[in-house]
Amino acid sequence: MAQYIIRRILIAIPVILGVTILNFFIINLAPGNPVDMYVNPSATPQQIAMEKHALGLDQPIIIQYFHWLGQLIQGNLGFSYSTREPVTSLITSHIGPTMLLMGISLIIGYLIAIPLGIISARKQNSWVDYLTTGFSFFGVSVPHFFLGLGVIYLFATKVLLFPTGGMNTLGGSGSFSDLFVHLILPVAVLSTGIAGNMIRYVRSSMLDVLGKDYLRTAKAKGLRQFIITNKHALRNALIPIITVIGIDIPMLIGGAIVTEQVFQWPGLGLLTIQSISSRDYSTLMGINLIAAIAVLLANLLTDIFYAVADPRIRYE
Amino acid sequence: MAMKLNPNRNVPEAADLTSKEAVLEELGREESYLHMVTRRFLKHKMAFFGLIVFAIFVLVALLAPVLAPYDPNKIFGDFDASPSSAHLLGTDQVGRDVLSRLIFGSQVSLTVGVGAVAIYVAIGIVLGLLAGYFGKWVDMIIMRITDVFMSFPYFMVILVLVSIVGPSLSNITTVIGLLGWPAIARLVRGSVLSIKEMDYVKAGVALGYSTPKIIFQHILPNALAPILVNATFGVASAIIMEASLSFLGMGVRPPAASWGNMLTEAESITVLSSQPWLWFPPGLMILLAVLSINFMGDGLRDAIESQQAK
Amino acid sequence: MEVKNLKKYYPIKKGIISKTVGYVKAVDDVSFSIYPGETVGLVGESGCGKSTTGRSLVRLEDPTSGQVIFEGKDLASISKKEMRELRTDLQIIFQDPYSSLNPRKRIGDLLAEPLLAHKLASKAEAAEKVNHILETVGLSKHYKNRYPHEFSGGQRQRIGIARALMLHPKLIICDEPVSALDVSIQAQVLNLLKDLQKEFNLTYIFIAHGLGAVKYISDRITVMYLGKIMEMAKTKEIFEHPMHPYTEILLNAYPVPNPHMRDREQIVVEGDVPSPAHPPKGCVFHTRCPFAKDICREKVPELNGTDHLIACHFPLSQ
Repeated sequence: MAQYIIRRILIAIPVILGVTILNFFIINLAPGNPVDMYVNPSATPQQIAMEKHALGLDQPIIIQYFHWLGQLIQGNLGFSYSTREPVTSLITSHIGPTMLLMGISLIIGYLIAIPLGIISARKQNSWVDYLTTGFSFFGVSVPHFFLGLGVIYLFATKVLLFPTGGMNTLGGSGSFSDLFVHLILPVAVLSTGIAGNMIRYVRSSMLDVLGKDYLRTAKAKGLRQFIITNKHALRNALIPIITVIGIDIPMLIGGAIVTEQVFQWPGLGLLTIQSISSRDYSTLMGINLIAAIAVLLANLLTDIFYAVADPRIRYE
Repeated sequence: MAMKLNPNRNVPEAADLTSKEAVLEELGREESYLHMVTRRFLKHKMAFFGLIVFAIFVLVALLAPVLAPYDPNKIFGDFDASPSSAHLLGTDQVGRDVLSRLIFGSQVSLTVGVGAVAIYVAIGIVLGLLAGYFGKWVDMIIMRITDVFMSFPYFMVILVLVSIVGPSLSNITTVIGLLGWPAIARLVRGSVLSIKEMDYVKAGVALGYSTPKIIFQHILPNALAPILVNATFGVASAIIMEASLSFLGMGVRPPAASWGNMLTEAESITVLSSQPWLWFPPGLMILLAVLSINFMGDGLRDAIESQQAK
Repeated sequence: MEVKNLKKYYPIKKGIISKTVGYVKAVDDVSFSIYPGETVGLVGESGCGKSTTGRSLVRLEDPTSGQVIFEGKDLASISKKEMRELRTDLQIIFQDPYSSLNPRKRIGDLLAEPLLAHKLASKAEAAEKVNHILETVGLSKHYKNRYPHEFSGGQRQRIGIARALMLHPKLIICDEPVSALDVSIQAQVLNLLKDLQKEFNLTYIFIAHGLGAVKYISDRITVMYLGKIMEMAKTKEIFEHPMHPYTEILLNAYPVPNPHMRDREQIVVEGDVPSPAHPPKGCVFHTRCPFAKDICREKVPELNGTDHLIACHFPLSQ
């Protein structure tokens, strides 16, 4: 087991390096001089020149990459082109709302998807199955911004149940209940997409397991259906789904960017859109890199969890 | 050459086919693989429905100049007009006919959906075939590159790249196409790994066929089914991607009409609450187009899997 | 064809950096010769290396070391290009008729392909030859527009045989060609192979896991165990005067049709085949041999003899 984990981590290292190389390459594509990212913008031109030299930013591109990488390891992502703030602090101030939104949406999405997927597999071709499958197709197919605008139209302009956007009421107390009310619509939008996607996996994985011989044996032994479903089938059906979580994260980030824009949710997604309109590539690449590393970590963790849950994987 | 052999040697052999499926197959002997999958696909109700909706969608896109009542960019005097007999879906904030823009918008969705997927399927197939067939360090390098591309949040990189190269129809198609290949590459590699162990591939080697012949004529055709399913779902997600980019102002930009950029106006609360004809129809069109393609993908997968399960 | 000291080792990789910690000796120092027009049976339990040997002879596996001399050339060391040219002389028939035919190709295309790929015939000539070969293997020429899934196992095996014959090879490796077929069909396919041998002057290496099928078709038989040759002799010799205990055991596993013969003394084998990753020291068979002595556990017996070769310290008396 320890060997599997070490091996899996060793494989991740060249991938992380690849991610930084690709990231650096994209920065170099962008207009504006990437070396400016690392120089404190409030400095005088002489200071800038000195600092550039000290950082090795007048060197050939490959050397520059290693300097950039060195800065990166120290947690320095450079300075924003537009706000002049360090990118690291911009990201830390926006990452909280995004984590909150994505975390809650993931949990709610799975809480909807797992029971629905199981029921729909257990009662295949019943109306419950059709409704669930229909919901799942809707969740996968509806663009986040359309669903977002739709729920704002219904629940924030026609029936004034929820605010149209933001994270807190302006000038409000910032209380927990205020945050909760602001969370409901964006979470509904994101978790619909997550659940729609997840239901498919749970349903087909469950159908797969239900057809296996050991379940027929359990049935033949006279075990109650409830025990068969929950004890014998569930565990085996849910294990393969662990890997799906890792694969879904990149997609979820895309959904979060659009959703944050529609609801003006002050997270990394909104920061991304703002940086794009102000052509702030240093901030964009910082967010990109953080997101890529998050995806890599998520994949690493799900792979390890998978190996813990299913011993066969370790021996591949 | 004298025929010493008994011509009656083809005595009917005990059929080793037992299942019901096999009996049916005995009856329809001349049926090719393609026919079988098509038949199963058409029997799938949702897939059939999807196919019809998608066909209408393609027809509308092709016949847009004939079907649209007006030039989609023509500006009429009354902007923000509600639906009327002259403008069935009203006019937008600049005074253009919403229905005509809706009809022309289908061309954008179809171009990006099919174009981008065609690009990345081609890239994915080549890389997957190389990695799977040659193995060793070729596989190692290609798969690590695939991992790198898969780790980047897809939509975000597209957003950044499009903002660098400039938002336009051809640019977003190319960018989505250049970034979408990793899933296909992995899929193809997996199929190749299992197909290459099949005896018919070994037979090809023993018969002295060239490597390209073995890869493209013996391995690829047997790996196509899952690629087709994946590509179908891919068209759906490329359409959503284009709509999202255009909605954010990073895709097709006005005055050109795209379903996504037609919804941008609805970010203003007044438009959203009091002029639903401006944003609801394009949103619904995206949903319908994507749904129909996803239905088709699902039916295709079922048809292919039930074929392989035998 | 002459095989000299053929070895095929597969590395066993372990640990974080995939260090090679050992080898599976699938084929370990095998030498034998095949004369034109004869059939050599290659027999042994699953995992004894008989299929690997067969596949190494046509370079479907690259041998670790050793030589395979065919028409004055060493197949194990020539370039892939040279090998490709020689492949017209060497063919192979596979065990599983379900995976040996490309499911996406019609029978006619499948059979014409070898001729077209080697530019040995025009399309029209190839089509003519396809008709002819289908009749030769006992199938209707009207089958050529069908796909492989429309045929039964026996019919597919006939198609596999036809495909191997298209290039007019001199030597064909038959890798358990009848093991996957129903017993009733096995005899038909064996007969077909025998007839074809006469008609086209073929040399066969016939691989099987039991002695039953090879008795009928082979001129000589080679018995393999854990990657090594145990015994090699004329078919009649093997059946009437087996000298290696392992051969005797294989013979006992082969049912005797005459009930009066059944009371002869039987040697019974014990235990399982050891892992080829950790073959026993000395004689590889000693762990299961009822006659094993101390020397068998230490010294590897050499393959000795002129017509009847055997690798055993204590051959069975006649």
